[in-house]
Amino acid sequence: MADMTANRESVTVTTYRESVAEGIAREMRRDPTVVCLGEDIGAAEGVFKTTVGLFKEFGPRRVWDTPISEQAIVGAAMGAAMTGLRPVAEIMFSDFLACCWDYLANEIPKVRYMTGGQLSVPLVVRTANGGGLGFGAQHSQAVENWAFTVPGLKVVAPSTPADVVGLMASAIRSDDPVVFFEHKGLFASKGPAAPPDHVVPLGEAAVVRSGTDVTLVALASTVPVALAAAEALAAEGVSVEVIDLRCLVPLDMRTVLESVQRTSRLVIVEENPYQGGWGGTVASIVADEGFELLDAPIRRVAAACVPLPFADALEDQVIPTVSTVTEAVRRLAAY
Amino acid sequence: MTDLIDLYERMAIIRRTEKAAQDLFLAGLIKGTTHLAAGHEAVAVGANDALRADDYVFATYRGHHHAIARGATPEECLAELMSKATGICKAKGGSMHLTKADANMLGSYAIVGSHLPMAVGAAWSATLRGTDQVAVAFFGDGATNIGAFHEALNLAAVWRLPVLFVCENNLYMEYTPIGSVTAVANPAADRAPAYGLPAEVIDGNDVLVVRDAVARAAQRARDGGGPTVLEARTYRHYGHSRTDPAKYRPEDEVRQWLERDPLTLARAKLLEQGVPEEEIAERDAHAERVVAAAVDAAKSAPDADPREAFTDVWADGSATWRT
Ligand SMILES: Cc1ncc(C[n+]2csc(CCOP(=O)(O)OP(=O)(O)O)c2C)c(N)n1
Ligand SMILES: [Mg+2]
Repeated sequence: MADMTANRESVTVTTYRESVAEGIAREMRRDPTVVCLGEDIGAAEGVFKTTVGLFKEFGPRRVWDTPISEQAIVGAAMGAAMTGLRPVAEIMFSDFLACCWDYLANEIPKVRYMTGGQLSVPLVVRTANGGGLGFGAQHSQAVENWAFTVPGLKVVAPSTPADVVGLMASAIRSDDPVVFFEHKGLFASKGPAAPPDHVVPLGEAAVVRSGTDVTLVALASTVPVALAAAEALAAEGVSVEVIDLRCLVPLDMRTVLESVQRTSRLVIVEENPYQGGWGGTVASIVADEGFELLDAPIRRVAAACVPLPFADALEDQVIPTVSTVTEAVRRLAAY
Repeated sequence: MTDLIDLYERMAIIRRTEKAAQDLFLAGLIKGTTHLAAGHEAVAVGANDALRADDYVFATYRGHHHAIARGATPEECLAELMSKATGICKAKGGSMHLTKADANMLGSYAIVGSHLPMAVGAAWSATLRGTDQVAVAFFGDGATNIGAFHEALNLAAVWRLPVLFVCENNLYMEYTPIGSVTAVANPAADRAPAYGLPAEVIDGNDVLVVRDAVARAAQRARDGGGPTVLEARTYRHYGHSRTDPAKYRPEDEVRQWLERDPLTLARAKLLEQGVPEEEIAERDAHAERVVAAAVDAAKSAPDADPREAFTDVWADGSATWRT
């Protein structure tokens, strides 16, 4: 872990949103085979402004505006990836992955395997994921669990600006296909900017807060929620360790199991629905391989199994909040 | 340009490979399913002869003819179908996914229409890399009613990419005639104008007609003229898959199309050109020997190594997804 306490004054602060464009731009500068395609990503610089500056710097032969054709976007990215490019395809909202799901479920993850290793698809599908902005049921879902169900896809979901840049570097350089979930609710969040040449390897979780009583495993938007809960619980004398998984595939279970060895208690915080959420797999591995480490049942705090409602008062009922996480940890600590 | 007699021989090899696949299937030596391309040989052989070695080809689950036309051996194809370690995809693909990447035959895809956008992407990549390669997607008539077909044609047209969309219109999807579910007479060609694309309906059973049409379309693509839609009318000799007896096809229709068998048409043209019958017979005998030897070799090859189930998921060759 990098020492974040030194030189706090001199660290530049940036947003998660700007870090997306920065991460892509760094890779486009170092590798001319990296090209971007998607809806409104060029001159318009993206509906979430996550591609600001790319069209200006790299021009229309590197940054391509497409029709509203999710299958053509991801299918063409696949064909280009097989033939010498490293495409970065944007699917505007992760909900729309359903419109090109064939490519993510049947084509991209399987083609290396079913050809006996003859073909390679080094591409990144980036997409704005998750709720908290009141966009309603078809524009707010956290669907990282969709990608997590498909063997052959790497799945990345950063929570901080620096991790966005470092993981983007690894994702684009990877010879495996990567689905890169950018969280809509984090776009405006701030943090230290990534240093030059920052690369975060895929599949390494980060212990973002050390503690001794309970382990909280989180991803993307649930990392700040878990950290806020940990802060509140510290005042009550409960010491919480927070792990940011950063990737679902590869899944860094070693870091999770080592933490549970120290704390003996585990709470998993997910924004995707409890029903079929990734935390079920994390829990089952800990139950299988870490049963003796546990002093209490594993708890999952995940989204409720309903479509995402529009109103804040309703959405708050469905998505994990600081208070629901705090309450779950408090109860487990007392178990 | 290859002599017609050599194109004939290639078609004869494909025909016998398909026959062998059917026999091996009925003998229980091939599991799963097969979608044989007997009857479609002229499309694959004619098109391949008009393409360069560095052009890209994408095919469907009915794709044995394209793999072999592109240079896959009958032996590695049959070995794949028979779950052998020497199979072209290490027995991980099977009949529906024959692939010969080192000949730029970039796969056979079994989700109808899925590979059209891939071919568009390969053509896009060729232009960005500054080559004059073209990409070709071969697909069935049934694929013309799926979204990916329309998204691919439009994107290829607006980006003016060097891609050929070649429909093998064999009049049927699985068991239902394409005409009964499509509002236009030529399911691929009649859609092309909506995307501003040129299209041609051609005799897909005449290997020289196919070669000529693909050569013209490929040249236009290399010259920056953008995509072309070709609709090659053809007919399958077997049922849709496995043991489908294809009872849904009228006898008259079957008879008429068998009279227009691509091998029969090529043979007639050869005789017209003055090629002696004995030479044609010798080519048939050669095809017979090649495929018989392929069957023997595939039969005696070792079975797939069970450990291969856990390779080739990731670029490092492993299947590791967690620590
Ligand atoms: C998306 C999708 N829907 C349905 C199927 C099942 N299916 C396999 S082949 C086929 C018929 C396709 O017909 P056509 O495109 O004309 O090709 P042909 O088999 O005649 O070569 C169908 C419906 C499939 N594989 N993929
Ligand atoms: Mg058909």
